[in-house]
Amino acid sequence: MIRLVARRLLLSIPLVFIVSVLTFILEAIVPGDPAREIAGANATQAEYQQIRHILGLNLPLWDQYGHWLAGAIRGNLGTSIFSGQQVVTELNVMAPVTLSLMAGVFVVCSTLGVLLGVLGARKEGASGRIIDAVSMLGLSLPAFWVAVVLIGIFAVNLKLFPATGFTPLTVSPAGWLRSLVLPVVALALGGVTGVAKQTRESMREVLDRPFIRSLRAAGVSERSIIWKHALKNAAPPALTVLGLVLVSALAGSVFVESVFVLPGLGSAAVQATEQHDLPVIEGIALYFTLITIVINLAVDVAYGWLNPKVRVA
Amino acid sequence: MSVVTPAAPETSAPPAAAPGRFVAIGRRVMRKPLGAASVVYLVLLVAACAAASLIAPYGPLAQDLTAVDQGPSAAHLFGTDSLGRDLLSRLLFGGQATLLGVAEAVIVTTVLGVSMGVLSGYVGGWLDRVLARVADVLMSLPSIIILLAVLVLFDQSMLAAMVTFGVLGSTAMFRVVRGVALGLREELYVAAARVCGLSHRRIITRHVLSRAQGPIIVQISLFASVALVVQTGLSYLGLGIQPPAPSWGGMIADAQQVLIGDPWQLVPPGVIVALTVLAFGLLGDSVRDALQEHRAGRGISKAVFREVPSTSSAEDRSTQPSDPDTVLAIRDLTITTTSGPEPRNIVTSMDLDLRQGEILGIVGETGCGKSVTMLAALGLLPSGLAVTSGRVWLSGQEIALGDARHLAGLRGSQIGMVFQEPIPSLDPAFRVGSQLAEVVRAHTSLSRRAARDRVLELLRQVSLTDPAAVAARYPHQLSGGMAQRVAIAIALAGGPRVLIADEPTTALDVSVQAEILDLLRELNSAAGMSIVLVTHDWGVVADICDRAAVLYAGEIVELAPVADLWNRPRHPYTADLMAANPYFAPPGQALRTIPGRVPEPGQRPSGCRYEPRCAVSSPDCAESAVPLTLAGPGAGAFRCRHSERIPHQARSTT
Repeated sequence: MIRLVARRLLLSIPLVFIVSVLTFILEAIVPGDPAREIAGANATQAEYQQIRHILGLNLPLWDQYGHWLAGAIRGNLGTSIFSGQQVVTELNVMAPVTLSLMAGVFVVCSTLGVLLGVLGARKEGASGRIIDAVSMLGLSLPAFWVAVVLIGIFAVNLKLFPATGFTPLTVSPAGWLRSLVLPVVALALGGVTGVAKQTRESMREVLDRPFIRSLRAAGVSERSIIWKHALKNAAPPALTVLGLVLVSALAGSVFVESVFVLPGLGSAAVQATEQHDLPVIEGIALYFTLITIVINLAVDVAYGWLNPKVRVA
Repeated sequence: MSVVTPAAPETSAPPAAAPGRFVAIGRRVMRKPLGAASVVYLVLLVAACAAASLIAPYGPLAQDLTAVDQGPSAAHLFGTDSLGRDLLSRLLFGGQATLLGVAEAVIVTTVLGVSMGVLSGYVGGWLDRVLARVADVLMSLPSIIILLAVLVLFDQSMLAAMVTFGVLGSTAMFRVVRGVALGLREELYVAAARVCGLSHRRIITRHVLSRAQGPIIVQISLFASVALVVQTGLSYLGLGIQPPAPSWGGMIADAQQVLIGDPWQLVPPGVIVALTVLAFGLLGDSVRDALQEHRAGRGISKAVFREVPSTSSAEDRSTQPSDPDTVLAIRDLTITTTSGPEPRNIVTSMDLDLRQGEILGIVGETGCGKSVTMLAALGLLPSGLAVTSGRVWLSGQEIALGDARHLAGLRGSQIGMVFQEPIPSLDPAFRVGSQLAEVVRAHTSLSRRAARDRVLELLRQVSLTDPAAVAARYPHQLSGGMAQRVAIAIALAGGPRVLIADEPTTALDVSVQAEILDLLRELNSAAGMSIVLVTHDWGVVADICDRAAVLYAGEIVELAPVADLWNRPRHPYTADLMAANPYFAPPGQALRTIPGRVPEPGQRPSGCRYEPRCAVSSPDCAESAVPLTLAGPGAGAFRCRHSERIPHQARSTT
């Protein structure tokens, strides 16, 4: 198991590298000169050159990247062109918001999605088709639209949850939870139905297998057969979908954080794009990649735990 | 907003001519209500948006400040926004940009994904490895952040963003097509060599693309729905398409501004986005289903094993068996199909006794009802089958066949069962010891530690030499013979008095078969276990059974001590079966076969069921059903009017 994790981590190093190069190149050829914008219209040529020098913009591109990479390895992703703050410091403040969202999506999708999937597998006919229809709807509604509707209903009309903003966990756990409910619901809706659908499909397939009949013949309780034996065997495909759901929820956070004005990585990405803030965008790309790698790694580890054939091999 | 990539489809379908296959799948899609509705909706939507300048009642930017934030009315079907612009018109015009964006992304993803997929799968080798690695990397990139960067780089160009999204998304298409192409490669080289002169291009277009076109369509529709969500999401953020230019996402953003005053404005753009995404998704599902049907032919339903509550009819003619030696008694058992156009009897009016301490064989060709009878006694009939009459007693106590809970309580503790395929009969996800311990604890109140000891004892009982090592293994680490011993140990864990073994040796190597039979014999002699052994192997019957019942077409045709069956079969089917078995066939003669086949449940003759295949039948055999005749006190029974005609064949007893 440790070897599996180590190998996965080793394989992901080139990926991080490629992402950093790609985003660096993309951002470096972005039209617009941050030094000019910082210096302002009235700056002298000398002042402008000095700002370029401070930002390292006068160096060749690959030197700029070399500096950036050398810093990155030491945990220094440069400074934000706009705020002048360390990118790492800035992003570390924002990351908990996005990670809170992801944790919420994970909890909701893995519990509710699996629950609905298992129940759906045991129901056939009309109720199965109703679950199908509802899940198609869940997959079809865009998260940001759902987010706006949720604000309209639960924040504006019912005043149950705040419409916008984020309360850190350290400030108030209850406030933290309240500020997360609506964004998580908006973000998790599609994921729950995706996980539920896959769970149902693979539960149906597993319940057809011979060992289920053998367990019944041996007198094992129906509860244990469904929730322990069938579910553990049906879980790997659902887990794959859960991983995809989390990765796409990460992408969705860009929109949902913007709707709820949450100070997370997603809304920061939109803002930094509007401001041509190269180091911030790069840092966010890196954070997103790292989160994706962690998600995939967790899926692999869980996969190994669920499927002994993978573990032994 | 989940992006769920469908698994690469199976590639076992025979290659078909491209147009015929395409049309056939298209027909199947249009025959499905949801598939047809999706196609019609999408065609209408595209047509309406394309013709927006002709059919829209107002211009996309035409303001009417006297009619702001209005609900639906005759003048404005979908109402107006905060500048008095007609929402329907804006939807139609906005749809142009949205659908164009989706089309751009889909075209890029299809061209790139299909060409790279074909190349990768068809050429193979290092190219395949490189392309697969590139796809892996593309898949892990934070695509949305890259889209944002592209929007800055190309000065808010939605075209650039959607083309980029098409590139990033082409990995899913790549994988699907590559899978199909890889599957075909080996066959294709053979075919290409044989039909030398067929160019690569023709092979690719005729074979790879014709087989991949279904999965490609599925992938296109799924990707289109994702691209639509991304396009509207970006325009919601005001990226790519700037206000006041109409876009579906932008309309949602506008509606959000007046959320408190006029929430209605959220509805038209939200509904149209959801409907369009839904239509793409349903279209993909329909094509996928149509492909599966196309492959499988017409619907073949799988048997699902689960408990079926069965009913026993009130007018049972049977009474409780009086013989105290009988541990399992089946009377008048009829099993009927519940699915399909009309009910058919699979097993009719079966009577069967298992005596204390005996090994009873049940023999017959496939489809005679051997296994089903035993599954019914345990309440484990596959769905689609039900007990329609009959009663079963276990150790003198009647089993309530209609009571699923009662039956569940008997399984494992009163009756155990072992199945044909040993490894698939064990849960692959748990260690042997853990599975066995669960069954032990389900039937006893042993502590965890005590259950563990009991597990080792059970494994020892089934003659496994190193119980602790076996307990620590997973089923896939066992040999077939070991797995069957474990399966027997599981069946024994609840301390049943009756063991049903359904072809327990059929799937095993010959040398292992003998060991398993030895084990069953030992359980029988040492532990006094009564065993029902379902088999089609006369060798097994002759080897360890005391009596045997011969089943044909859902009823017992002969039941007798094995020696009697052997020396003096009283039913022609018994004689023919034995003659067709190498174990009994006279040496030096060609092995006989029985002409014809077992009749299907719906097509059984009304007279003697064996009559059409019988060598010694006469016209009276077909006239009426044949009752079971007793051969003599304690000698068994048979279902033939002319048993004296059966050629007497001297057999050498082993």
